[in-house]
Amino acid sequence: MNRFEYTNGHCMPNEKTLRRDNNIRLYDGEVRTNFEGGELTITTHRLIYRTSNVCFSLSLSLIIYFEEEYPGPLFFTRSPKIKLHLTEPPRDKQPGPLDNSLHSYVKLSFKNGLSPAFVENLSEVIHNRLWEIIPLSIGVSPSSVQGSNSNMLRNPPPIKPRTGIIGIERNLKEQQRATDESINVAFQDLRKLMGMAKDMVNISRTISAKIRERQGDITEDETVRFKSYLMSLGIDDPVTRDAYKSSNEYYKQLGRQLAEILEEPIKEVGGMMALTDVYCRVNRARGLELLSPEDLLHACKQLSDLNLSIMLRTFDSGVMVIQSVSHNDVEVADAVSQLIKDRGSITATELAQSEGISVVLACERLFMTEKYGKACRDDSIEALRFYPNLFLEEE
Amino acid sequence: MTEIDWPWQYSFPPFFTLQPHAETKVKQIEAWKHLVINYFHNTNQFILDVREVHNGPLFYNSAIDRKLSPEIVLIILEELAKSGHAIPLDKIKQRWIVSWHTLEEWSDIIYSWAQSNGFIGSVCTFYELREGDNTTDQEFYGIDNDLLVRALKILENSNRAELIIFDDNEGVKFF
Repeated sequence: MNRFEYTNGHCMPNEKTLRRDNNIRLYDGEVRTNFEGGELTITTHRLIYRTSNVCFSLSLSLIIYFEEEYPGPLFFTRSPKIKLHLTEPPRDKQPGPLDNSLHSYVKLSFKNGLSPAFVENLSEVIHNRLWEIIPLSIGVSPSSVQGSNSNMLRNPPPIKPRTGIIGIERNLKEQQRATDESINVAFQDLRKLMGMAKDMVNISRTISAKIRERQGDITEDETVRFKSYLMSLGIDDPVTRDAYKSSNEYYKQLGRQLAEILEEPIKEVGGMMALTDVYCRVNRARGLELLSPEDLLHACKQLSDLNLSIMLRTFDSGVMVIQSVSHNDVEVADAVSQLIKDRGSITATELAQSEGISVVLACERLFMTEKYGKACRDDSIEALRFYPNLFLEEE
Repeated sequence: MTEIDWPWQYSFPPFFTLQPHAETKVKQIEAWKHLVINYFHNTNQFILDVREVHNGPLFYNSAIDRKLSPEIVLIILEELAKSGHAIPLDKIKQRWIVSWHTLEEWSDIIYSWAQSNGFIGSVCTFYELREGDNTTDQEFYGIDNDLLVRALKILENSNRAELIIFDDNEGVKFF
């Protein structure tokens, strides 16, 4: 019932009175109030309720809808009621009775019986929404209300309670709203940042286009430098999840993009890259719109079905790598075994250093070479060292 | 003690790690079997205790600081047992007889010695066989007692000899 405002009961210039009903009691939600036997006026803009000593109004714009409530057959003493469902009170609401009410609806109880014409009039006036076309010209200022209606003094506007359960609840609500707002603001910032990122992407596009145009004009050095700028800017047009409805399609698309951006780097590091490195590289390239490890893994699992230049491979040890399709185990094993022969023996760390790959990958390469019978191991306290497989070669 | 002619594998560190690659492992175990038999033959030893494998140079190459773990020693012994070159002496398989001949080979060697030296029909004590003047040039000179008994039992089973126990001495009669 906190949507009502005190008023002097006179019609505003743009307002027309449509109907008056008597002997009406107000309910705040389901709670019976002391406002009874009053007169209810329907105007084109408001409902005005007047008793002998107080008068207040409810703007029709606050009514979402209304419904009739007839008493059941067992309660023939009860009066028919109209239930008005209301929106939130406006910020600039003038003071009214029961301003601290929590109910979002009020009831009008018709002691003298409910005339069907009332319902008709009410629905018509709500339907017409005249307040949107011709607003009430003058706001109901509290001073004029006070001046014209001395009853105000007997009903001072209630003070917002700070104690008790209602006070606590109110505080909590307040806090929640504040948090909500700050979150919204934060996300707005993020969105702005992403908007900026799109601009960056555009810049990178123009730079790359210019490089292509002026292939001959600028020196090799400059081209390289520009390219490194582009690299640090990231990839253009990252595939993002919300663009795809089914996650399967998303993974496939992501897989294609992975193939695009990883093909070259993988070749550079010798045809194979550990999944952790892939994860870091891809997310560094994306900058924003980061991938979760899970999404990346799913996308990688799609690679083999897509006939791309790279594929996911899981070693016996459980280590997962992305390798180029052209990668040939036998060739690698041969190369490694040749290296072992040249050096006499090698550990994973040494191989990692000489080939510029991670230790995990070096380890896998050695195991693979061993699996092809081209190396044998010496597992001592110092390290796991690999030797040429003299057992098989000596005879 | 004779100088051992160590094979090249002995100074090859991977020799002391069990190889996971199946084919390599076969070769590795094979090489170990050879080495173990050769070593026992050359040093004229018969008993191997798994608990003491690192006391001698066979399973511990101090030059390259590599030891063969007792587990792998056991694997090799099991392999040797399959070809009759090793026999466990206890149930927990810690003490083993290792010999360069199988029991059948030993029994044949002893019987043919008895035949060619005219001992058919007569009795020899174990001591005479193992350390007697007549056998100094024989391969079974200094043979382990357990191994000798097992070899002679094979002869007994094929009715070519009979084990006789008299007083403190044990002997065998060849037929």
